[in-house]
Amino acid sequence: MTAVNKDDLFEYALRLGDTSLVLGHRLSEWCGHSPEMELDMAMSNLGLDLIGQARLFLTYAGEVEGKGRDEDALAYLRDALDYRNFLLVEQPNGDWGVTIARQLYFSTFQQLYFQQLATSADEQLAAIARKALPEIEYHVRFATEWTLRLGDGTEESKRRIQDGLNSLARFTSELFDSDEVEDRLTAAGIAPDASALRPIWQERIEQVLAEAGLDVPPPHRPVTGARKGHHTEHLGYILAEMQFLQRAYPGARW
Amino acid sequence: MSNQWPLWEVFIRSKNGLAHRHAGSVHAADAQMAIENARDLYTRRQEGVSLWVVPSAQIVASDPSDAEALFEPAKDKIYRHPTFYDIPSNVKYM
Repeated sequence: MTAVNKDDLFEYALRLGDTSLVLGHRLSEWCGHSPEMELDMAMSNLGLDLIGQARLFLTYAGEVEGKGRDEDALAYLRDALDYRNFLLVEQPNGDWGVTIARQLYFSTFQQLYFQQLATSADEQLAAIARKALPEIEYHVRFATEWTLRLGDGTEESKRRIQDGLNSLARFTSELFDSDEVEDRLTAAGIAPDASALRPIWQERIEQVLAEAGLDVPPPHRPVTGARKGHHTEHLGYILAEMQFLQRAYPGARW
Repeated sequence: MSNQWPLWEVFIRSKNGLAHRHAGSVHAADAQMAIENARDLYTRRQEGVSLWVVPSAQIVASDPSDAEALFEPAKDKIYRHPTFYDIPSNVKYM
């Protein structure tokens, strides 16, 4: 491995960890509110898978940084500007159609991305990706099945999933962007080249939508900013709920 | 009740070589969803290696009021239990 800037690696591990953490938190919000009790459990399971990934990435980020911050310090004691998750995953759950659309977009991407990350020159990141891949395979399957069901269901279910797909499409472009940090890591064989995954992702999404009888969302000006910590208004509310206890009672344990 | 998803009975094989055992039930709109819901409800703690789901409506059950006719007669037939044989001492598992 060529000499890699420690700051780059820290930043990159945060991006991976924050994305899993924020989506995991979002999914946990369904607990007690899903259309059926069975789906409460399903969403909590998906959420816990993602929180598990987040813990590994953030722990590693803390080690790389070398300033004694552990996963909890990174999760609970950073503000929105320091969070690096994709904008897509912080978007509100909306109705079931929106949640499934978000999951289809994200899990399809994450699967392609982690398949590459699993061969990263960074052993730790590669190991985390390999561990997560079987989970992600299930997430893709879950989201795909539900997209088919809603698209092929009633008029209302079709309208809802189509609305979800259309409203979130503008956040998907960011998944395939890059910046100087990721360019350097890609050159070092650590980070996958996300832009190369876009055509495959597009093809898979369109395949599912065609089978579900849904329309490919019309092109929309992309909304981006996550790599710089520029978030939509929703992230602050997530962090407020997630971090309140540790902020109000620092070091609280139970 | 009519707009609830149908009920499915869930059977789990805990290890290869063992039979599937009844674990409980889930609501689901179709068979694929039933498998996924069963996976999320009943195998989160490594309970199994294989799942079956069966529409609950397809289960044919014995009538509790027939219990006497069906099961009473077995009670006094102790000779049907193989407990009158001496098991050779080098047979370890019976």
